[in-house]
This record gives sequence, C-alpha cells and structure tokens, in this order.
Amino acid sequence: MTSAPILEVANLTMRFGGLTAVDDVSFAARRGEITALIGPNGAGKTTVFNCITGFYKASGGSIVAARQDGRRFDLHRMADFRITANAGVARTFQNIRLFSGMTCLENLMVAQHNVLMKASGYSVIGLLGLPSWHKAQAAAVDRAMSWLDMVRLSDRADAAAGELSYGDQRRLEIARAMCTGPELLCLDEPAAGLNPRESSELNVLLQAIKREHVVSILLIEHDMGVVMGVSDHIVVLDYGKRIAAGTPDEVRADPTVIAAYLGVEDEEVARVEQEILQ
Amino acid sequence: MSGETGNKATGPGSGSKPVSPRLSVVGAATDAAQWAMIALLLSVPLLAWRTIDTPTALDLVSRWPVVAEAVAIVFVGRLAMLLAVLTPERSVETRELIGPHAIGAAFCGIALVGLFVASGWLAGFEIVGWWRFRLLLLSWLLLLIVFQRTSIGLLFAWLAKWSAGTKLTAYLPWVGLGALAVFPALPVADRYTLDLAVMVLTYVMLGWGLNIVVGLAGLLDLGYVAFYAVGAYSYALLAQNFGLSFWICLPLAGILAAFWGVLLGFPVLRLRGDYLAIVTLAFGEIIRIVLLNWQSLTGGPNGISGIPRPSFFGLVFEPTCGPGSFCGFFGIEHSSLHRIMWLYYIILVLALFTAWVTTRVRRLPVGRAWEALREDEIACRALGLNTTLVKLSAFAMGAMFGGFAGSFFATKQGFISPESFTFMESATILAMVVMGGMGSQIGVAIAALVMVGGIELFRELELYRMLVFGLVMVVMMIWRPRGFVGSRTPTIMRERGATVSAGNVKEGHG
Repeated sequence: MTSAPILEVANLTMRFGGLTAVDDVSFAARRGEITALIGPNGAGKTTVFNCITGFYKASGGSIVAARQDGRRFDLHRMADFRITANAGVARTFQNIRLFSGMTCLENLMVAQHNVLMKASGYSVIGLLGLPSWHKAQAAAVDRAMSWLDMVRLSDRADAAAGELSYGDQRRLEIARAMCTGPELLCLDEPAAGLNPRESSELNVLLQAIKREHVVSILLIEHDMGVVMGVSDHIVVLDYGKRIAAGTPDEVRADPTVIAAYLGVEDEEVARVEQEILQ
Repeated sequence: MSGETGNKATGPGSGSKPVSPRLSVVGAATDAAQWAMIALLLSVPLLAWRTIDTPTALDLVSRWPVVAEAVAIVFVGRLAMLLAVLTPERSVETRELIGPHAIGAAFCGIALVGLFVASGWLAGFEIVGWWRFRLLLLSWLLLLIVFQRTSIGLLFAWLAKWSAGTKLTAYLPWVGLGALAVFPALPVADRYTLDLAVMVLTYVMLGWGLNIVVGLAGLLDLGYVAFYAVGAYSYALLAQNFGLSFWICLPLAGILAAFWGVLLGFPVLRLRGDYLAIVTLAFGEIIRIVLLNWQSLTGGPNGISGIPRPSFFGLVFEPTCGPGSFCGFFGIEHSSLHRIMWLYYIILVLALFTAWVTTRVRRLPVGRAWEALREDEIACRALGLNTTLVKLSAFAMGAMFGGFAGSFFATKQGFISPESFTFMESATILAMVVMGGMGSQIGVAIAALVMVGGIELFRELELYRMLVFGLVMVVMMIWRPRGFVGSRTPTIMRERGATVSAGNVKEGHG
C-alpha cells in the first residue's frame, strides 16, 4: 500500500555561480514514511534540504508539499519561515542551532510562537493577563513538557540548552522542531556525533515519532545503521545527481550506489592500471 | 557586539596578569619597575606640563614633581600589592583557612569603608585641587586591589546565602519601591538631589528602552538618541502648535517615535553586527542634522523654548498662587520644589511603566522571540518566526519608550535644541545597557545610577572625572565582562529560582 506523497521534488536544480550543486533531482517522500537522503560528502544532500526548507531559492524545478487537509504549497516560492508556519515542514540543522542561552522549556515555547502569538492577541491579551492567555500558555507548557518527556529531558526543563550534552542537544532540537506541529520533519544528520547506543535510541525515537504523531520524516544521514534501520525509502545522490532510489534492500544491492560510496569495482581499477602501465 | 560567545565566565581576578606563585623580591621589584615605566610614559604627556594664562601670553610650567609622585605611587603600590598579604598564593590559603564568605565580605567592607572615609575627607575638609584628586585616585586604587584579590562574587554569594534564610529578598523590591516613592519627602531631597534623581530616572528609563533592542533582541543600536529626540520634538511641537496637554502628547510622542523606529528598522533588516551599528549611528546623526537645519519647523540651533510644563491634574505651578494653581488649590506656600517633585513622580511612574511592560512582554511570545532572535536568527526562521516582524517590533517598542522619555525631557527642561541629542547620549545609554548586563533590568538601573549619579559625585574633578569614568569602565570589562548582572532569568520555569549563567547567553550579532 503506497500512500500519497507529502513532498514532491521535481527537476530540482541549484547552481552557485558556475557550480551545479544539485542537478535535475526528482524524488517524492510519501506520507507516513521515513525517507532518507544519502550520498557521499559533497553530494548535494544539504543543498536539497536547504531548498526544501526555503533557506536557498532553487535555480530551477519545483518542490510541492501537500498537507493532510488537501492544501498544497509550492515551497520553492515561499519564504523560509512560512514553510514551517504554513506548509508544516520543520527542520533541524547539521550543526545544532539551539537557543543556547534559553532553557530547554523556553526553546520549545519559542517553537510554538505562532500559536501563542495568536492566543496572546498579538500581545494585547497577554499584556492584560486575561485568562484565555493563561490557558493557552499552560497548554503550550504541557505540550512542551510532553515532548521533553518523549526525548527524556523533562528533568532538565530549566537547564540552559547550551549546558546539555551533545546527544541531549540533538534530541532537544528534534523535540523543538516537533513543537512547531509539522507534518513533515526534515532532519539534517541527526545521528552525527552520537555514539552507537545513542544512535540506536535515535532510531527508536524516530520510529515513535512516525508512529504516534502521524509525521513523515525526511532525513539526511551518514550513519548507515540509522538509515537502514529506520528508512522506508532511500534516495541516493552523488555529485548533485540522483543515482538510485528504492527500499533499503534495493539500494544496498545497487552497484551504482556501491560504486559511489566505495569507488569503482576492482576489475575496472585493474584495467585502468593496465592502461597506464602500457 | 559581534563578539563570539567564547567569553568564558571570567571570574573576578582571572583577568589580571598571572603572577608566578613563588615570587622573589627581585622579581616583584622588576615587575613594579615595569609598571612604573608605563606610568612614566603615561604621565609625561598628561601631567608634566601645564599651560598658564599670563596677562601677556600663554606660559608653560613644568610639574616634574607631580610626575615623580605618580610614578612613585605606582611603583610602591605595585610592589606592596605583590609582597604584602595579597599575593595570590597566600590569599588562597587565607581563604581556605577563614572561609571564603567571611574574607570576601571583610575585604569588600574594608574597601567600602575606605571609600566612605575618603569621600568624607573630601567633602568635610574642603581639600582642593591636586590633593583631592590624589586621594580619590588612591581610594580607587584600593578598591581595585581589593576587588581583584577577593571576589565581589563571594560577597554576593554570602549575601545571597544570608538573605535566603530571611524573607528579605521577597520584600526587597517593595522596600525599594517604597523608598523611591517617599524619597521626595525625605530631608535629603533638596533641589539638587531631586534634580539629580529625575535625571537618573530619565536615564534608567532610556536604558530600559534600549535594553529591549540591544539586550533582548541583540540588535546593536547606536542611534537610540534619535527616538529620544523625536519624542522631545513631538511634544514640543504638538504642545506649542496645537496647545495639546502633556498627557495627550505623551502617547502621541511614543507612537511617533515607534513609527520612526519601524522606519529605521526597514532598511536595516538585512544588516547585522558592525553594519547595523554603523547605519543606526548614521540614522541618529541624520535626525539630529535635520533638526538642526529645518529652521522653519524646529528653530534650528536655537531650539524650541517656552515648552509648556505639565500641570498637576490641571493645576499649574506658579508663584502667584492664584485660582487654578497648585499652591492656591491646596492652600500651601509656593515652593519651586513642588514642580520638581511632580516631575519626579511622573518620571518614576513612566520608568516603572517601562519596567512593568518590558517584564511582562518578555514572558509573552513576542519577548521570547526577541531573545530567540538574539540567540540564533536562522533557527528562528526554521521555527516559523517572521524575523522581520520580530525585529521591527523590538525597534518600535524600544523607540516608543525613548519617545516617552524624550517628551518628558522636553517638558522638564522647557527648552530643547539639537545639542541635547548628540551621539554622546546614545553612547552613554548604550554603555549603561552593556555595563548593567545586557537584558537585565536591575543591572541597567544600577549602571544608570552609577554612571549618572556616580559621575555627579566627582563633579568637582571637572574634566578629570572622565578619567575616573574610564577607569570604572576598564575595571568593569576586566572583572565583569558581562555587566553587573550577567546571568539571565528564564521567562518560564518549572522550579523557582532557575537562572542561566552568563556563559551560555549570547550577545547577538547585530
């Protein structure tokens, strides 16, 4: 059973001056699935990511996100913050970008800014301290605390985000992205810098998010343990081009993928060597 | 403010030059000699020559004994510092022996008593000229040494520990408010003191306004005085041309200033750090130069005079005590103090209003968004925050309070001219915010008190007070680089009393 795509990337091209970082890439992420974007260093994964989340304006092609209620958004035409606010696409960063001087709880409260802003009557109701504001704030705190529970950081709610260990910061960033209420969660190397135990915990967390919160996930990852363990669908990029796509098993067996990661096969190397020697 | 976040929480004393633990007498003497050398280099151009007006010409008088004295003070002082009880090694031992709190408190106490005695001397014995300056310098030196060797932090820790037992901290704000409210009625409140208090409170309010932009949102604004000017001129022009009262003009001036804040905000939305600072600086100057040159509206360099004073709920302050005047209505003798007292209460209420709004807004989504913006703008956008609106709201809010303060300034002075709105004002207000600890309201208030009130204490030193001012700034930056209050109180917490240490809090990148 294949569900409808939540994200369709068609002929995406991104040029930086003379360099074509992403070249005519098309793929789709299906609703309720975990889609992984993999490839060797410099393959253009993060560039694709930045195009999807609006941090780069794509040079060509289209990116369309579909929401559960049927609304469709042309992400390639939207401002970055509107992609999160309206299209329901949230992201994390390869180099963690938490508000390090704010507490864990505050980080998650900032993520609920748009909801709270309305509830506070654009600060008027909030300034007056009307009950409706207090109720909305309490609900936001509950939501934040439930996410802190989910990432096992509820006892660190009042600790500055900058004080947390690296693994905790990674999990907090995911929780923060989830607090924006997304339908598609984009994770840029969530397992980078985690030890094996932490990355297997991450697997469990991602599965739980997908299962309990009806959220689709798009992730970039180098850790093959995580990728093969959680992904339903994998897209492989190399030198800005899509070279393969399919289930983990299909991708694992694909010779072009193996070539991209490990170089060309031995026979070919031997032949080139022969040619040089002659 | 483009500084990286790498400022490790520099403890008091750790900023000073590390002195080798086992210090020989010769080593100490060499070190002191080096200091003396620097003192010599500095004091020759500063102290060695003095111009004297004679009826026929300008004469040059040499003052080598003064130079020698300065060098000797530095040499002996440094040597004493190195050899006496205050060597690091020994002081650590003593601290362990007696306990850190007691010794920290004791040293700070000694320093304060010393300062008190010194200033008592100065005031009581009418010591004039150089001696007064020397004594002040010495007392400051004493303070410097003591603060370096003990930590103020220890005193604070001890105070916190002591006050945690009592319910003192809970009552402290109310006690402070009460003191502020009854202050004009106290015998110490003569005309001079009241005027000074009004000035301090004006700066406190300005500091709190700028604190929103610089401290919370992390946007370095060097042209804040522009909004102060907009507020002042708005009131002056509205009151003179349309005869509107102060209380109607006040919100209008705030709105106009906020409007100009937004207007400034638009072009600088994409700028960060140094570039933002330069453009805001230019904006401040543009406003001032427009005020200077738009003669037909603003009166140019002549300014606007005869600005109406605020009335006490319709009762004017006038010496004739006729009907409709303050003294006539209450049947009391006229005193020029009444008007100043009234001004004091107005600015007190305005400042408290600023503090109240800022404190509340900080706990609202918009305030949290400001702080998030200071921490990481890109992350803000990734969370769906419209950073344009966040920035503009910070500029508008900060400008609005600047506008309120400006219209108060206009009504207080009765006369305004572009001269009151120079870059120096912006720099002073910014210095208060930085010295107070960015984002901290109480810190900014203390800094305003120190910088306006403290500088006033040294009025008789004339130009030399800038020297003291500079010294205070240098000392601050060495020992408390994040300002008086570097730590941050979270806007929402599960348990009371949570704080975020200064090391984690970012300063913003513009």
